[in-house]
Amino acid sequence: MLARLVSHDLPKSRWLALALVLVVVALALTPFVFPGTKALNVAAKVIVFIVLAASFDLLLGYTGIVSFAHTMFFGIGAYGVAIAATRIGATWPALALGAACALAVSLVLSLVIGLFSLRVRAIFFAMITLAVASAFATLASQLSDFTGGEDGLTFKVPEALQPGTEYAAEPFLGASIDGRLATYYLIFVVAVVLVLALLRIVNSPFGRVLQAIRENDFRAEAIGYRTVVYRTLASVASALFATVAGILLALWLRYNGPDTTLSFEIMLDVLLIVVIGGMGTIYGAVVGSVLLVLAQNYLQDLMKIAATAVQNVPFVSQVVSPDRWLLWLGILFVLSVYYFPTGVVGRLRALR
Amino acid sequence: MTTTTPALPATVAGEAVPRRAFDVRPLVLVVAVALVAWPVVGSSSTWLTLTIAGLAMGMIVFIAASGLTLVFGLMDVLNFGHSLFIALGAFLATTIFAAMGGAASAPSVAANLGVVAVAVLAAMALAGTIGLGFERVIVRPVYGQHLKQILVTIGGAIIGEELIKVIWGPAQIPLPPPEALRGSILIGEASVEKLRLVAVVIGLVVLASLLWTLNRTKIGLLIRAGVQDREMVESLGYRIRRLFVGVFAAGSALAGLGGCLWGMNQQIVIPQIGGQVNVLLFIVIIIGGLGSTVGCLFGALLVGLVTNYVGFVAPKLAMFSSIGLMVAILLWRPQGLYPVVNR
Repeated sequence: MLARLVSHDLPKSRWLALALVLVVVALALTPFVFPGTKALNVAAKVIVFIVLAASFDLLLGYTGIVSFAHTMFFGIGAYGVAIAATRIGATWPALALGAACALAVSLVLSLVIGLFSLRVRAIFFAMITLAVASAFATLASQLSDFTGGEDGLTFKVPEALQPGTEYAAEPFLGASIDGRLATYYLIFVVAVVLVLALLRIVNSPFGRVLQAIRENDFRAEAIGYRTVVYRTLASVASALFATVAGILLALWLRYNGPDTTLSFEIMLDVLLIVVIGGMGTIYGAVVGSVLLVLAQNYLQDLMKIAATAVQNVPFVSQVVSPDRWLLWLGILFVLSVYYFPTGVVGRLRALR
Repeated sequence: MTTTTPALPATVAGEAVPRRAFDVRPLVLVVAVALVAWPVVGSSSTWLTLTIAGLAMGMIVFIAASGLTLVFGLMDVLNFGHSLFIALGAFLATTIFAAMGGAASAPSVAANLGVVAVAVLAAMALAGTIGLGFERVIVRPVYGQHLKQILVTIGGAIIGEELIKVIWGPAQIPLPPPEALRGSILIGEASVEKLRLVAVVIGLVVLASLLWTLNRTKIGLLIRAGVQDREMVESLGYRIRRLFVGVFAAGSALAGLGGCLWGMNQQIVIPQIGGQVNVLLFIVIIIGGLGSTVGCLFGALLVGLVTNYVGFVAPKLAMFSSIGLMVAILLWRPQGLYPVVNR
């Protein structure tokens, strides 16, 4: 039953299985076990990033092509919901309409980019997506009537998800049963379904073809698979999953702006998650997201303490300041590409 | 560089080596774009101003991009960390301008140009040196693995940008041009910024020396041959790796120079400068045909001109102009203006 649920793609490592169970249980019980808004926010962010990174892994890890437009689709999803909610109102049909429009836009855009750039050379894809994504980010901040510009959009969600909506008079195990909790579990359930769907995709015959293309595209073409079609389909699928991740994030934050979803930093975060977690294993995205988001939220506090401790040393205090957090991530990233190309998941599987 | 082979030495028997005709259509396209823009812009003086600004921008972009396209052509290395050297050049220029503030604010043209020259040379030296290290540490271990190359060079660019923030601070730094280079001169009724003229002149000098090196020297011959067929050059006993390291360092130095000029052109330097320019560079080398220097030049000029014209006629569309241009060119020639053979 469980094996069917994960499409027979078992963790294949006792430690990895343990880690995954731990993550799922912890995320499922966060509202009751870890009280406080910060913990809940961090958990929601972890969930959204798991979906985002897993969908990116479909492209990077399984098909072997690098896209820099992944956050663009993430942003389209978030903006779809945000714009629909501000323009039409905080109702379920409005949200559904926004989500549907976002998915349609992502579908068309990813199809066009894929067909256009993958037709020539796979390496074009990286460059062209970079260009398109940066143009889109500029567009989003310029069309301020529509997208709220740099300030972004703050919007209301339907009443069932609003924090003010109480479902139970008494808090249960220290957590009040309100709309916020409902939103959290909505995101959680959708994310679980999406990750399982991704596992289904990568373990299907289609997924095998993608891996064949990753290993040797010339050979895959020679066997008779239209690599352009497969690559484009992979990029469309991954864009759609990213769009849903964006929708989830917007629902949780009840806000969306260029920095929350479109910035290049988020693109780098996703790259780091997939590479550090382990490329070509959906589980890597799970492990990587947990590590990165936790580190982002809690390790930076440690860096702050370290920076105050060495305040008087000129260069060192700059280097360990929490603002230079990306420096350390970058070094970790390069080292893991060199020495742990299979990432955390690969290491754990090697341990057995 | 594949379609230009001027003045190859005659063979022993005295027969001239057959030359492939130079494909002039891209050049015609550049001129045509400028001419079409004339009536669209309306006034002739504005058109001249925009054209010179576009050419200056094109020159700067070409200088910065030439290294990128050669590195790709020679070793199939797509360096996403190229932007780092651009940022480095721009930031070093701010330091040098600040250090030589006396000469920069003196009203003497010679002293001002001296400051620019020092900044340019220092930027090239620093970027070239860092480029050597970058090649050794970041690029060399992942030769021949495209995916890892992209990832590792991106990682190198992140580290570099953060180190720049550590050294120069995360805030933007103004880079005012030296006293005598401020303002503009009038040609007829068109006002042309002096700084742009300086950029055009430096661009022309670099362009000439680059073309001379590539077309008239042994090293240039080897580079061009290497772009066309690496294995053949290697089998003739030349160490293409060593050549490549040289090209990488020279390309980085040129990127440093480009960054220095770009910073002066923008008059403000931010740590994200590299990322902004990088997008332009990729568009330019795709338009030109990956690996082609001449294509890179025409691509840069086209992007510079179109960006300036569109920025004047329809400012809202400016950011899409270069992408639109790229799409149009690729529909016309899917491999870029000057496709490099054997790739």
